[in-house]
Amino acid sequence: MSTLVIAEHDNSSLNIATLNSVAAAQAIGGDIDILVVGESCQDAAAQAAKVAGINKVLVADNGAYANLLAENVAPLIAEVGASYSHILATSTSMAKNIIPRAAALLDVQPISDISAVISADTFKRPIYAGNVIATVQSSDAIKVMTVRGTAFDAAPADGGSASIEAVASAHNPGISTFVGEEVAVSDRPELTAAEIVISGGRGMGNGENFEMLYSIADKLGAAVGASRAAVDAGFVPNDMQVGQTGKIVAPDLYVAVGISGAIQHLAGMKDSKVIVAINKDEEAPIFSVADYGLVADLFVAIPEFDASL
Amino acid sequence: MKVLVAVKRVVDYNVKVRPKSDMTDVDLANVKMSINPFCEIAVEEAVRLKEKGVATEIIAISVGPQQSQEQLRTALALGADRAILVSTDEVLEPLAIAKCLKAVCDAESPDLILMGKQAIDGDNNQTGQMLAALTGFGQATFASEITIDGDKITVIREVDGGLQTVALNLPAIVTADLRLNEPRYASLPNIMKAKKKQLDTSTPADLGVDVAPRVKMLGVELPAERQAGIKVADVAELVDKLKNEAKVIS
Repeated sequence: MSTLVIAEHDNSSLNIATLNSVAAAQAIGGDIDILVVGESCQDAAAQAAKVAGINKVLVADNGAYANLLAENVAPLIAEVGASYSHILATSTSMAKNIIPRAAALLDVQPISDISAVISADTFKRPIYAGNVIATVQSSDAIKVMTVRGTAFDAAPADGGSASIEAVASAHNPGISTFVGEEVAVSDRPELTAAEIVISGGRGMGNGENFEMLYSIADKLGAAVGASRAAVDAGFVPNDMQVGQTGKIVAPDLYVAVGISGAIQHLAGMKDSKVIVAINKDEEAPIFSVADYGLVADLFVAIPEFDASL
Repeated sequence: MKVLVAVKRVVDYNVKVRPKSDMTDVDLANVKMSINPFCEIAVEEAVRLKEKGVATEIIAISVGPQQSQEQLRTALALGADRAILVSTDEVLEPLAIAKCLKAVCDAESPDLILMGKQAIDGDNNQTGQMLAALTGFGQATFASEITIDGDKITVIREVDGGLQTVALNLPAIVTADLRLNEPRYASLPNIMKAKKKQLDTSTPADLGVDVAPRVKMLGVELPAERQAGIKVADVAELVDKLKNEAKVIS
């Protein structure tokens, strides 16, 4: 048995999300290799080689992989992955985009978003927005899966000294091009990696009022998220959305401000260790999952909370 | 330009599903079924392309049970011109569905295939990407805006860090995210008209597709319930609890 983990990285550094998939690979057992795909990604590969328990790191460093276009990367994963028993990647937007395409090239039915490893061919995964957990068994020769990051504690980032091998093949069918990106620049931690997350909902009223949450976040070293209602209302950009179709988070502390707690939102945060809800409606469903609930007008409570930190 | 738009019949998003008493699967008996919300957004986008004069024909397709005709009629009422049902009593996996869609693409040669990014039953988020692999077409998943110019499509995608823009040669596959558009409601006259529109039926066997399952459902369970905690009286008590009881802030 051998597992190929597809690295999540920005060419210069390895994203911690990769370590959640390494942990899932360890639960499966067997040798673990990491594939780093990108352009000028040697620094990320060097970091991957330091991850404890890795057999070797494969690096496909090529201009064709500069922006990780699915049309170019999926054939590479299918080619390199064909000799492994398992191919894993953490459920980021990159992996969700590319992994199913690679699986189809291998004629494999992939398994999305596994939350537990039962055995080498049997896994648990949430379905119906996390309302039900299914146990599924794959009969494909290669198991291709994405991993729910919050379900697996990150493997240690150092302690290893894996060898690094270059992969020469460059796939580029020439049917897609990268045009550009608008990436939110923030000094705050990433939502999915933060230890504390403070999120605002429709109750925030407008985008300016989110400044109140940014102020608290900066004192606590927290990330700021939002409910779908707040994103749909245009208060904040889509990359802040926590929920079934947004980001799945499980921080030590999650503070929900002016969020009623629609089931789609709960699906994205209910595995947080401690949940605080601040809402003026005492019937709001968010209180049914909150460890500490405060029934109050957020426009009074939030400035007071800020002042007390 | 010919647009193929795929729709799936799923449990209505307002229904909270429960496992069957023997815990073998979820209980879908007498549950309200609807068109998958992301598929509805894909249909709306196809209709808008036709209204702009970009699309000339919209074909709605579904792969699923006979009752999926209801969801196809919804797509026809929203503005699709005709529909195809690939009918099966089996619960097909995304790979098998993608293979059926590939066979229909071979026969219909659409210029653009619009789909939802995921179905809210299995939450797999796979079929569009797999159809793209099987057809060799470019893909733009999680689309929030599309622009067609000649034989190219430019798509703004919702990604983890923000927004990404890609350009694809047509034919291409685009999967809709929540903010691509807000679907309209079908009007009563259009619902009536939809009943007369052409709906062809075939089967995976007719298409020569092997739909044998690769993944077996061994059982389902409910997730661990979270206990509701306590209500605090004021902010001071909340801060005290977080510092001294939960010890999550200092």
